[in-house]
Amino acid sequence: MSAASTSQAPMIEIRGVHKSFGELTVLRGIDLRIDPGTVTAIIGPSGSGKSTLLRTINHLEQADAGTVTVAGTLIGYRRRGDRLHQLAERDLLRQRSTIGFVFQDFNLFGHLTVLQNVIEAPLSAQRRKRREVEPLARDLLARVGLADKADEYPRRLSGGQQQRVAIARALALQPAVILFDEPTSALDPELVGEVLEVIAELARSGATLVIVTHEIGFARRIADTVAFMDGGQIVESGPPNSVLDHPQHERTRAFLSKVL
Amino acid sequence: MVGVRHPWRWVGIAAVLVLLAQLVHGFVTNPGWDWPTFGAYFVSATVLKALWVTVQLTLLGTALGFVLGTVLAAMRLSRSSFLRVVSWSYVWAFRSIPLIVQLLFWFNIGYLYQTLQVGVPFGPGLFSVQTNSLFGPMGAAVMGLALHQAAYAAEIIRGGIVSVDAGQLEAAAALGLPRRRQFFKIVLPQAMRSILPNGANEVISLFKGTSIVSVMAIPELFYQVQVIYGRNGRVVPLLMVATVWYIVLTTALSILQHYLERRFGRGSERHRGQSAVHRLRSGLAAIKAKATESAVTGR
Repeated sequence: MSAASTSQAPMIEIRGVHKSFGELTVLRGIDLRIDPGTVTAIIGPSGSGKSTLLRTINHLEQADAGTVTVAGTLIGYRRRGDRLHQLAERDLLRQRSTIGFVFQDFNLFGHLTVLQNVIEAPLSAQRRKRREVEPLARDLLARVGLADKADEYPRRLSGGQQQRVAIARALALQPAVILFDEPTSALDPELVGEVLEVIAELARSGATLVIVTHEIGFARRIADTVAFMDGGQIVESGPPNSVLDHPQHERTRAFLSKVL
Repeated sequence: MVGVRHPWRWVGIAAVLVLLAQLVHGFVTNPGWDWPTFGAYFVSATVLKALWVTVQLTLLGTALGFVLGTVLAAMRLSRSSFLRVVSWSYVWAFRSIPLIVQLLFWFNIGYLYQTLQVGVPFGPGLFSVQTNSLFGPMGAAVMGLALHQAAYAAEIIRGGIVSVDAGQLEAAAALGLPRRRQFFKIVLPQAMRSILPNGANEVISLFKGTSIVSVMAIPELFYQVQVIYGRNGRVVPLLMVATVWYIVLTTALSILQHYLERRFGRGSERHRGQSAVHRLRSGLAAIKAKATESAVTGR
């Protein structure tokens, strides 16, 4: 990214985030700044804290220390003086409905049709009108190539199709950012391409994306920034050609030599 | 091509058919069943009125029991340890007391507390009401059945909710759906798949269990047939009157259960099965279509 864009307000700002699950420390002081309209790929070995970091951004996990700001809004807290007060659940849920999240296991609502899955949050979380939301949902389904599946139940779709519905569901919120938690890890190899294609199209359209992924080649192709995590820290981050092709740290080199 | 043969299956079918034939033969030829008496009472006004009381007890007991059970299940799954303990204690208490004992307590509540009074705790009362006039035997019976049912319903509903994949709730939370919406639109409909079969079991067992309130002299089906055979001494045919009514209504409940399960099973199977009624309807439609077609070509 150019110098001009780093001077503008960041879309996501993570400061000093720590997180432990009991004895196990998962995040040890994360600082990350993500500019609007950029694609950030987070890579790293299993258990390095990638998914936990992603989940702290929309407060699915509550950090033990540190703050997350999305589009200028402090997530999960309200600042009063120099104190942070935890938000009531209702306000937290309202914040979440501006952040798209795509799960590894899709987590589509199995008892609702594809269309119902996509319109549910705009209707009930954002209180938008059905006659406005439904055409939008159909457009989104067309955009992910599933216009003809609107009335199907998720169980009758392939994994790749289900994940594309999940992406349409996240887009229906008209979110400021979309977070992807290993979006292709639960897919059969031949279905990975169709999902990556949809994500790449989103990247070209100027959306702000954060993607936890094992697809190094994909990260190289679409990411503006690659962040390598290990042991609960961001070891290094930068443009793909520096992090992936000329890594500065031994741990990054060791990881890349195993996966490339 | 020759499929796998099952010779023993035919032996089994033959054995069952012989036993069934003997049973039917006994029903028809044994004068002890006394079918004329059965016929005289089966749809008599007294029996139908008693049946209606049984149905009322079942409906009220089920409705109140499952409403309270849902509240208890939600409490048990809440983040508040206080609510969890209250819910657990309720279930523990009401599962520990035999239904008949509990019913007799409610029936005798007027002996323990003559009046119920609303007021300041340990202080002056604002207004009071006679306990017996408030409850009456029917009220005591409904109350006892509902409180008992709630304890079991709570566990069934909790089991159903726990069986829903945690990812569903997580997705609902990530999308920012309001809490009530998460529960009623996302979790509960999917929990219904496992709640329904167990819940139907409970309703059916409550329906037959209403016969237990005969100890409180409430004129429900079983109490009423006892009164009648006490008068005329025709024990067996009158027991058959009650039995057949229990079977008829249980069958109706089972059919209702089937349709409810289909309703809440949407999206759970890849190929939807067709109901018997649906198959019959489409079969008739096909015959009709063929008939019109031949009528047209005949002309």
